[in-house]
Amino acid sequence: MQPFTNLTGIAVPIDEPNIDTNQLCPTRFNKVPRGPRHRDILFHDRRFNTDGSEKEHLLNVEPFKRAQIIVANRNWGGGSSRESAVYALYEFGIRCVIAPSFADIHSNNCAKNGLLPVVLPDAVCAAIRKQLNENPGATVSVDLAAQTVTDTQGKSYRFEIHPVRKKCLLEGLDDIARTAQYGDRFEAFEAAYKKERSWLYTS
Amino acid sequence: MAGKTMFEKIWDHHVIVDEEGELLLYVDRAYIHEGSSHAFAALDARNRTVARPRQVFAHADHYVPTATRKGGVEGIAIPEIRNMVKLLQANTARHGVTLFGIDDPRQGILHIVPPEQGITQPGLLIVGADSHTSTHGAFGSLAFGAGASEVMHVMATQQLWQRKPATLRIMVSGKLGFGVSAKDLILAIIAKIGVFGGAGHVLEYAGTAVTGLTMEGRMTLCNMSIEAGARAGMVAPDDTTYAYMEGRPYAPKKGAEWARALESWKSLPTDAGAAFDKEVSLDGGAVAPMVTWGTNPEQGAAVTGKVPDVRDIRDDNKRAETEAALDYMGLQSGMSLQDIKVDRVFIGSCTNARIEDLRAAAEVARLGKAVVPAWIVPGSGTVKAQAEKEGLDRIFITAGFEWREPGCSLCTAINGDQLKPGERCASTSNRNFRGRQGTGGRTHLLSPAMAAAAALKGRLTDVRELLKS
Repeated sequence: MQPFTNLTGIAVPIDEPNIDTNQLCPTRFNKVPRGPRHRDILFHDRRFNTDGSEKEHLLNVEPFKRAQIIVANRNWGGGSSRESAVYALYEFGIRCVIAPSFADIHSNNCAKNGLLPVVLPDAVCAAIRKQLNENPGATVSVDLAAQTVTDTQGKSYRFEIHPVRKKCLLEGLDDIARTAQYGDRFEAFEAAYKKERSWLYTS
Repeated sequence: MAGKTMFEKIWDHHVIVDEEGELLLYVDRAYIHEGSSHAFAALDARNRTVARPRQVFAHADHYVPTATRKGGVEGIAIPEIRNMVKLLQANTARHGVTLFGIDDPRQGILHIVPPEQGITQPGLLIVGADSHTSTHGAFGSLAFGAGASEVMHVMATQQLWQRKPATLRIMVSGKLGFGVSAKDLILAIIAKIGVFGGAGHVLEYAGTAVTGLTMEGRMTLCNMSIEAGARAGMVAPDDTTYAYMEGRPYAPKKGAEWARALESWKSLPTDAGAAFDKEVSLDGGAVAPMVTWGTNPEQGAAVTGKVPDVRDIRDDNKRAETEAALDYMGLQSGMSLQDIKVDRVFIGSCTNARIEDLRAAAEVARLGKAVVPAWIVPGSGTVKAQAEKEGLDRIFITAGFEWREPGCSLCTAINGDQLKPGERCASTSNRNFRGRQGTGGRTHLLSPAMAAAAALKGRLTDVRELLKS
């Protein structure tokens, strides 16, 4: 996993709440192997007509084509557990989504792929979106070590993140390697568990 | 001392390591499907194998055709879709994982087959490669969906890192009324608490209206927990659960094994006095048949009601959201829900394709003829065979419904079954998101009986009126 440390980049405001993972990656693209095609899969049916021509959408125009940060509204990423929604964000170039709230599975999927989900209060997200709508191309900064977001006017906001998630993102740690350290504890646990619930292992 | 909730008992029983509140949990079972190709690719990229292949169960469901099974996998016309079914065959064979494949008579949806086979049991921690894994909580297990990275980790280690969620009990008193089903109840709950109301929480459904449900009804209820933002939903195991479990292929064998399992299961229900982080209560008797009018599952109302009148909405954001939903759905602000005409009807999905769902739909279908195309897609080969044994297929076919092969079909709309742009569907599935059933498609969620009623009338209609007459 690519580490996430800090980032200053063009941020795109997405005002609509409840953006579900079907919007981020329409289901028919789930079969596409992870790769560069995912850039155009992001918000595909909102960005493109059925003949492939572009619709009017922020992500289709400069400067937002080069956005690395999304400032979103509440309940970002609900619905399907598809990780392809994160592949689409990542391939587009997005490394951080800032929102008042995230759906649980999508938030995990982001963090497991080096994409930082940041929760800031509703009013703060709304204020930053307003700045970005009024001043397209303005940059936002995110510093994970300091746990701060700095808006287009230089005002900083602190965000909370679980210390383990923070460490994994900062160092680009892989879960499998973390788990491997506890191999002995797993073996012992499993042996006792199998004895206690033997009926689960007979069929 | 205050007791423990069922969730806490199961959770605590599976903790191997605690790293500052990030817990490494033991996973009893993992359920995967064709879409798990990303997880297998990630496993291969790390040169890993499946750690406990006997605890992973794979299902060909999302991409299989439902029109015909002639020709098996090679009979799938579209190469990209055929490839997904073949890829699952290849990956599971290579890793020694049990596959309920396209040619298996038990084949079906990953949230329908494991309960039928007795693979889902009380007290287990189950991780699925699909958000509707919450379904399995109906047995008093902790079951939730995960993305490809987490599923890959489960396959590689039979463990998963998680933080402990909070608990929310939803107490439903009374008894569901005539013509009202578990689907109506869950749509009413989501309309009440919202699509984010359960986020960060595991839901426990309790109260007489819940304990009065069959296992099929409880699965419908838990299935849509994710649509309230909760990863998991649960119902305490009881005699209904044990009776359902008995004799299923993977269930504990009768005798000493069954007795030990039963003793363990009986210790699971929430202790009296255990505290939940949040509580919500509802009168089950007040729930009416529900339909959604919007583009997320909380945008629903009793079928006797109206589409919201945007002029009545004070909050600017809420009004804009409602206007956008009505615009996409092609509906008039303030119109009666029963004036909404539908182009087609879909009865199926992991929410509502079990035998009881088909019985409820057939009871309505026998009262007339479908006036719009209406599909019945059983949840599994087992459901299909049982329905045919009961003659339900004949009832549907006589009433002009199409009797199809098992799979996810028009719920997830990736096997070739899909709506045309602008087409309006009364659907027993779980998501009415924009484009969910096909680009530009419009979805109204409702129960199997309500869907059958919509097929007979060609519009959303109160099934109670039909059943009474």
